[in-house]
Amino acid sequence: MTDNCQPSSPIVEVKNLTKRFGEFTAVDGISFDIQPGEILGLLGPNGAGKTTTIQMLLGLVTPTAGSIRMFGLDLATHREEILQQVNFSSTYISMPYSLTVEENLRVVAKLYGMADITRRIDEMLKKVEMEDLRTKVTRRLSSGQMTRLTLAKAFLTEPKVLLLDEPTASLDPDIAHKIRALLKEVRRSSGLSILYTSHNMKEMEEMSDRIIFLQKGKIVAQGTAQEITQRFGQRDLEDVFLKLAREQ
Amino acid sequence: MKLHRINALVQRHLFLYRRSLPRLMEIFYWPFLDLVVWGFITVYLMKFQGQLPGVVTFFLGALILWDVLFRAQQGITISFLEEIWARNLMNLFASPLTPGEFLTATMVLSVFKVTAVAFVMAVCALVFYDYNVFVIGLSLIPFVLNLIIAGWIIGVLTTSIIMRYGQEAEVLAWGMVFLFQPISCVFYPIEILPRWLQTIAWGNPAAHIFEGMRLVLTTSAFPGEHLAYATGLNLLYFVLMVGWFHYTFNVCKEKGLLVRVGE
Repeated sequence: MTDNCQPSSPIVEVKNLTKRFGEFTAVDGISFDIQPGEILGLLGPNGAGKTTTIQMLLGLVTPTAGSIRMFGLDLATHREEILQQVNFSSTYISMPYSLTVEENLRVVAKLYGMADITRRIDEMLKKVEMEDLRTKVTRRLSSGQMTRLTLAKAFLTEPKVLLLDEPTASLDPDIAHKIRALLKEVRRSSGLSILYTSHNMKEMEEMSDRIIFLQKGKIVAQGTAQEITQRFGQRDLEDVFLKLAREQ
Repeated sequence: MKLHRINALVQRHLFLYRRSLPRLMEIFYWPFLDLVVWGFITVYLMKFQGQLPGVVTFFLGALILWDVLFRAQQGITISFLEEIWARNLMNLFASPLTPGEFLTATMVLSVFKVTAVAFVMAVCALVFYDYNVFVIGLSLIPFVLNLIIAGWIIGVLTTSIIMRYGQEAEVLAWGMVFLFQPISCVFYPIEILPRWLQTIAWGNPAAHIFEGMRLVLTTSAFPGEHLAYATGLNLLYFVLMVGWFHYTFNVCKEKGLLVRVGE
């Protein structure tokens, strides 16, 4: 568990967020906020609505109801200004295969209108330990290297809000540990706010200031890892997860 | 509309062309092959020059201009497909990039592609068949500009359909343009068509261009009326298609299809 944030004006405010696909309700009226510099864990079994929530926060899926505000602006009307300050990484995305690692990062930097691109790329590659892969064509990267590249892409644009969908899922324990350390360091140095999903409960406990537990699109529990485990009378977060998931 | 975002997307595709043989073949090999096949047919038809005057100018000119339209369409649709194949759509549309900037970038790419293809075909026609495409004269410039816009319109339509219906519709990237070929009257005059189809063909900007080309080649008259119709129709369809693309984009975001289009 990392240091707690003092409540201030939230950087992300989600109110009554709902997404229906026909008869199916993927996200059912959830509300939460993220404070500046806070890491909020989003936990839940497959199909709980975590990824749909992240996709709505990224403007990729239009909510059926509810509102998303970031930096005090409404995402529905200020998409460009908001997304300029947001980035994401996911195990489920990729980068163009025919481009080299450096070319991919260069395109992303230009897309976000960054200055001093070469220096930023150098720094990022060093941070994710990919300096020697700079000229490697992305197609030839291992899945772990690809994950690190998508993380480098996410850090490169110096976002104020970072959305991470299972960011360490395909990494070996050593690299996953380094990535978690990097996330904490970036959060400490830049006040980055992070929304984090993972199926690794230990990682959730280690990384998150607060956790929201989603089930069938609804928030069924929220608080610190300790508060949640106490409320459900369980030993740890993994036991809470198993209890809730099996109640479905 | 931010230039740096359009520039980023253009650069992404230029990086790709630098090391992708299939993409380079699209510019150099396939247009060259088209020209070789149609060139031989034209050489054969020249034996009947008496019955078909100016056959070389008609066929090779029409072929080169058709390729302008075809490659302009492909410039847009294939660029979109590249993003699907690379699972890169989420990266792009979760960035500040707008759908309008995306379309603009693909149009810039299609101009690059058309320029390269037209240059390759014009040079090959000159070298192998002693055919100078500039025999069409100054009308060539508005012809080419109109055909590029006609190609964009079909490209935006195809891209919208692929975005809406997913990868199973991707075959349209290569096939859609040929739905319009019979009513574009590329290799034959419009009066060859049945009367009811002629009415439809007159609503196709490309048909006006190819009719105009034949008018220039047979009478040397400036095809002002055809050009005016082609330009007017192109502008109308272009506005409608861009509106349709934005509408489809929003429908895809509503239905959650944008994040699933590559699955």
